[in-house]
Amino acid sequence: MSFIAKASAFHPRHLLRATLLASTLLGAGLAASPLQAQEIRAVMHSGIRVLDPVITTAHITRNHGYMIYDTLLGMDENLEPQPQMADWQVSDDGLTYTFTLRDGLVFHDGAPVTAADAVASLKRWGERDGGAQMMFRSIESLEATGDKTFELKLSEPFSTVLQLLAKPSGLPTFIMPARVAETPSSESITDYTGSGPFVFDESQFEPGVRAVYTKNEAYVPRDEPPSWTAGGKVVNVDQVTWVVMPDAMTAVNAVGSGEIDFMEQTPYDLLPLLEANPELTVEVLSPLGYQTMARLNWLNPPFDKVEIRRAAMAALGQDPILAALVGNPQYQEKCGSMYGCGTPLATDAGSELIMNGPQPEEAKRMLEEAGYDGTPIVLMQPTDVPSIAPQPVVAAQLLRQAGFTVDLQPMDWQTLVTRRASQAPVSEGGWNMFFTNWIIPEVWSPINNPMLNGGGKEGAWFGWPDDPKLDEMRANFAAAESEEERKTIAADIQAHAYEVVNYIPVGEYKIPSALSNKLTGMLEMPVPVFWAVEKAE
Amino acid sequence: MAEHPSTAATGPGAKPVVRRNFLPRIGVRGLGLAAWIAAFALALVVLMALFAPLLSPYDPIAMNPMERLADWSLAHPFGTDAYGRDVFSRTLYGARTSLIVGLGAALVAVLIGLPLGLLSGFFRTLDAILMRIMDGLMAIPAILLAIAIVALVGSSLWTVLVAITIPEIPRVVRLVRSVVLSAREEPYVEAAITVGSSLPKIMWKHLAPNTVAPLIVQATYVCASAILTEAILSFLGAGIGTETPSWGNIMSEGRIYFQLKPSLIFWPGLFLSITILAINILGDTARDALDPKLGKRRQD
Amino acid sequence: MLAYILRRILASIPVMIVVALFIFLLLRLTPGDPAAIIAGDMATPAQLAEIRRNLGLDQPLLTQFVTWSGQLLTGDFGQSLISRTPVLTLIGQRLEPTLSLAIVSMIMTLILSIPMGVLAAWRHRSLTDSAVMAISVLGFSIPIFVTGYILIQVFAIDLKLFPVQGFTSISEGIGPFLQRIFLPALALATIYIALIARMTRAAMLNVLGEDYIRTARAKGLSERIVLFRHALRNAAVPILTVIGTGFALMISGVVVTESVFNVPGLGRLTVDAILARDYPVIQALILLTSGIYVAVNLLIDVSYAFMDPRIRY
Repeated sequence: MSFIAKASAFHPRHLLRATLLASTLLGAGLAASPLQAQEIRAVMHSGIRVLDPVITTAHITRNHGYMIYDTLLGMDENLEPQPQMADWQVSDDGLTYTFTLRDGLVFHDGAPVTAADAVASLKRWGERDGGAQMMFRSIESLEATGDKTFELKLSEPFSTVLQLLAKPSGLPTFIMPARVAETPSSESITDYTGSGPFVFDESQFEPGVRAVYTKNEAYVPRDEPPSWTAGGKVVNVDQVTWVVMPDAMTAVNAVGSGEIDFMEQTPYDLLPLLEANPELTVEVLSPLGYQTMARLNWLNPPFDKVEIRRAAMAALGQDPILAALVGNPQYQEKCGSMYGCGTPLATDAGSELIMNGPQPEEAKRMLEEAGYDGTPIVLMQPTDVPSIAPQPVVAAQLLRQAGFTVDLQPMDWQTLVTRRASQAPVSEGGWNMFFTNWIIPEVWSPINNPMLNGGGKEGAWFGWPDDPKLDEMRANFAAAESEEERKTIAADIQAHAYEVVNYIPVGEYKIPSALSNKLTGMLEMPVPVFWAVEKAE
Repeated sequence: MAEHPSTAATGPGAKPVVRRNFLPRIGVRGLGLAAWIAAFALALVVLMALFAPLLSPYDPIAMNPMERLADWSLAHPFGTDAYGRDVFSRTLYGARTSLIVGLGAALVAVLIGLPLGLLSGFFRTLDAILMRIMDGLMAIPAILLAIAIVALVGSSLWTVLVAITIPEIPRVVRLVRSVVLSAREEPYVEAAITVGSSLPKIMWKHLAPNTVAPLIVQATYVCASAILTEAILSFLGAGIGTETPSWGNIMSEGRIYFQLKPSLIFWPGLFLSITILAINILGDTARDALDPKLGKRRQD
Repeated sequence: MLAYILRRILASIPVMIVVALFIFLLLRLTPGDPAAIIAGDMATPAQLAEIRRNLGLDQPLLTQFVTWSGQLLTGDFGQSLISRTPVLTLIGQRLEPTLSLAIVSMIMTLILSIPMGVLAAWRHRSLTDSAVMAISVLGFSIPIFVTGYILIQVFAIDLKLFPVQGFTSISEGIGPFLQRIFLPALALATIYIALIARMTRAAMLNVLGEDYIRTARAKGLSERIVLFRHALRNAAVPILTVIGTGFALMISGVVVTESVFNVPGLGRLTVDAILARDYPVIQALILLTSGIYVAVNLLIDVSYAFMDPRIRY
């Protein structure tokens, strides 16, 4: 009973005074402890949990990949594939690619990077990435021809080999040691040895709390200046720590008080707090931004009917959705291009219906013509992901205004991703509609764009459009010889996808980051990376 | 908010009787006045809930994205939220949700807990099994259990209600059981058993009435803690969906605007606190009034 | 005494079995698929099925339960499905923040609430009494996240006395540790202060009416000694009880406080694990908290005997 003895030393009346005194002393006496030299503390958009950048397409895991792995090729700001770990030569018939690894590539455990490592990594990647799967169907062989060289032989022309190998997002071509890359692609890796500019400090990793990356002293950067994922990855800090903060308000406070140097995604409504702080810079680092979109389930009524899908598209509109999601004209943009606006393939083909929305009266008329019987639409709303939570709420209102019956079902994101995999009827746990977001490089071509796949129940992405015509058009795109031809086919694909309502893009947005003014040289690119940046003390 | 001082007698396998003697009593000076004020406040909240459709100037789920996060005005006395919805209307409707959750949890917990407690107090074998299950349920922290149920089953008003009620049931069962255990030793109960009264009759006529007073007191605390738990569940992202406004989800959705638009948390928070305060005070009053033992030992 | 403790420990075994079974069934009988969170947005149904098979989630329920309980008996809590970190490592990482939060806030509570309760009972029916009671009822009525935000606003942002968030290990010095833990612990303490001040007051009122207090006063002992040595000591049993039963209150407080102040503790780990359907982690954590709950209550029951010689087992 020590507390009684302790308490008895005080007279009750002294207590309040003593406590106040103690708290003042505590607060005033202990100013913030100095941060470790050359450490960047960053709050990323989410906590990292899955450490295998091939098994998952989660952006945070991809960002982790860029820290500790190097990629085979890089992509520069002109969207051109560039050598990164390897340079290449293409045979005259365009069917054989020979890759040569550059000198000085060493894994974190000291072993040199060999062609065998690259080949094993590419094969594992090819089992999981959607575009890569398509490419591997056209690959006759992929084999090491020496310690530093390997060869990729196509059985038929495939036009975007280099673009796929260089793609900055989705699943980039992270190169791992062969022993790691031999892990089945449906099983997470447990050995985090890479050859990238940072080393993952496993001992300090606390899922949901922090991940620590230390500078890889042995890394030899390329000589070219950095440009997106191409060029030299010169690291100027000793350590980068990703701190997880589940509460956005807390994170904004922490970046405001200097406890955090970099906040990857700031909530729009809190920008005034950050912008008023002279120690901070608020800027958009990713020039391309995000596409937010709705997907309808082709298997379940009423969206099994194309006419009703079109009515839903007429009912929706980009303006109200963007207003609720972003609410700041500086960071939002209407865009009818399924490939994202400002990308090489951008086109507005077929986008009139969504661009002119919302048109409740028109949608009502279309619904009537289609004979809609009032079947409720199960619209799934993830409550715990701020960047996808508002869209369904606004959409529910818009659809109701057009005469749809809407059952807006709130759930956590995890339930949503589980449930959207269900092909069952609504009565047995199925669904009709949900929203999600992509960064533009994930949707910018018919090969990358996960939705533009007409493979039906077996092959297509959630929603399962059974659309052989779409797949035929995609194959034509892959085989197309010239840039012009690719553009034409891409526009045709988009017009067709809008016609059948493959999916409904509901606008683009950019997310500003908050940076401490101590940071200089943060690269502007679609993926946040921590090379090139410097921190002043 | 699963525990409350008045339900203190609950460690698995503990001897509740020993500790019941030490149940705390509130003794706020002028309790009568406090109780009257509490009853008045609660009546206001109930009226708010009942007449929400008449009192609300707007549809609580009608959005107007062009008028997001507006400050207070005559049109929107509490301002608008991130979707441009009227916070005043949402707060009124939120009273409905909170009261449904609070009263619903209290009612269901009693309806399920009472028969289980009666049976358990009477049949030794059943008692042994039931109490192990109740102890197990009680050992799982209520908030974790509730989060798990809501996250796993889905976040509708009814799931939240079930998730909040389940952890309360064991406490009601234990309470009823302990009352029955002591009541069945009373001469009139033993007499009824000896003359061969039917079991349902004994339970209903002789045992159940003894449980009324403690149950009413317990129910008020279940009610208050259920309303608070709903808010916490919303805060943790496992609450009721946004189309059913509740004080909890208005606050939870407004929490990132805490510094810019404190009204989003302030108003629903104020109503929530007043309601819980009122229920707590009424509960304390009811206990003092209904528990003859406590009444006798009152020193003030 | 020893026999009693032994009996109680044995009695807690079925309780833990019920907990284990309940949690296992709750998790597996409801929708949710850890494979989906692992695979991300682009996975196809076939890929998901493959990952599920790899995790053993396609096995019949009974097989999964037998495997899991078998592992438990050998002390193996498994590894996170998501990050593949062993569950015990995860818990180990999060233990210190949560323990620190709980202990510091408990100390604050005792320092504040017991004198408050004693004072209220001593000055029974005075303004002080009413004030103490009002504060304690209020403590129950404000959601802890609101308390937390108010504390952050006032003490961290306006007065800049404390950092707004985070946790510093005690190994980095007692000063920085206390500075970071102060606000979250205070927020957490508010409910507990309400609870214990109320209980202390009630128990003290009971005791102060007893004959031996009158005797002690008659002997001319100072009021402080009467209050704290004689009265409080005898009021300790109900106070202890409420500390034990308030444990559940503390858990729910910890979960919320950790999330408001970004303290990387067990509460957040549990919520994250539930949202991610990380079954082994959820199961281990709920078993652990339930075990602690049972143990705390056992300890308290045993301590009655030490506190109050009149109680015999």
